Amino acid sequence: MSKLRTREPGDGEHAALDQLAREDEGSRAQFLKLCGGAGAAGALAIFVAACGDDDETSGGGSSGGSSPEGGASAKGDLKIVNYALTLEYLEADFYEQVLASGEVKNKKVGEVAKSIGENEQEHVVALKATVQQLGGKPAAKPTTNFEDVLAGGEKKILETAASVENLGAAAYLGQAGNIKSKDILAAALSIHTVEARHAAALNTVVEQPILPDGAFAKPATMSEVLKMVKPFIKA
Amino acid sequence: MSKTRMAAPELASIEVKGMTRESFLMRSTIAAGSVYGVATVGPFVREAFAQGGGGDVDILNYALTLEFLEAAFYTQGLQRVSGLDREVKQLATVIRDAEDEHVAALTATIKDLGGKPTKAPGVDFGQAFASKDAFLETAQTFEDLGVGAYNGAGGLIKSKKVLAAAGSIVQVEGRHAGAIRLVRGEQIAPSAFDKGLQMQEVLDAAKPFLKA
Repeated sequence: MSKLRTREPGDGEHAALDQLAREDEGSRAQFLKLCGGAGAAGALAIFVAACGDDDETSGGGSSGGSSPEGGASAKGDLKIVNYALTLEYLEADFYEQVLASGEVKNKKVGEVAKSIGENEQEHVVALKATVQQLGGKPAAKPTTNFEDVLAGGEKKILETAASVENLGAAAYLGQAGNIKSKDILAAALSIHTVEARHAAALNTVVEQPILPDGAFAKPATMSEVLKMVKPFIKA
Repeated sequence: MSKTRMAAPELASIEVKGMTRESFLMRSTIAAGSVYGVATVGPFVREAFAQGGGGDVDILNYALTLEFLEAAFYTQGLQRVSGLDREVKQLATVIRDAEDEHVAALTATIKDLGGKPTKAPGVDFGQAFASKDAFLETAQTFEDLGVGAYNGAGGLIKSKKVLAAAGSIVQVEGRHAGAIRLVRGEQIAPSAFDKGLQMQEVLDAAKPFLKA
């Protein structure tokens, strides 16, 4: 059979993210004004408070006359990248704790969890670097609380993992239309489908449908997502 | 980038006009609700496309060709591959149904944007149906390719609504890829970042499966 080559080995995976900084340099000041202090203080709640929560896409005459100036759009993009970073921190931390707990006994499933955790860690590194290159302050790693989940044993852990991945995929999808920079969009899309892969694999493991929304995945807004992850964030 | 013509006749209706934003001009404004006749189209996408009002027809036709190819692959595979176990049959059926829905949604959308939907290409899947393993391996190839194709096209889409709809489809392609890879015992994600592929890369990869 014919084999398709869909990716070139050695392509810099981080290239898309590494490039992000260039176009929006000028907006550093605005971003710092908007999100200042969020990183240092840490918790997600503070990040949200500092950056606002205005993710609802304006249905009406949104960008009829979108200005070519970077200001507002760069601020928005940085906010989205920091939001993604917070979610990736949460995910990476979750898998780290899960693996450390030794609760996942099934070897094959354990390996899946490990590889997913490694992906999330790569997402953290890339997103953090992106924020820094954009002149922003990366959101701090949230202090998490997965005690109840870990105490619930393997089944509960895997179900939570599946939920978190489905949520992550929906979160990225929910931001696609809000991202102004084409490079940041490309980077977000490249992470979005990896979350989707994780979600489907974990859904299979916990015997849930791989396509919970059917043939067309549904997005989640920032506020919907933050509400869902709140139980896992220590105030 | 220069104007590119496709080698395969099946792809002749897709003309890649440099793939710049400027080349995807708005062709018509569609009335909200005009695609509501298509019962199988997911409500979210139907709404998104209906409100899109943008062009992006060339990209949609490109996506439609890939979805036709995928849909045909699973339809034929389910009929022709012997020895599929229940798990694989069920997975392939779920995926086939989703690809069929993508075809229907994209076809309806292109029409509503005033464009002409590309025809289903002639296909030849070679030895892909010789065994369960060959079938799954090719399925993985198609889904990974679909992910790369949509991710590569994302930045070229002009309408925010069309982008959201394409995003909702590519997530499903990613889910297919992850599920197939799990069944095969492969890495769920070959990389932590699903790189976007250029249209020409995708068409070159798809060409062996298109009958001239």
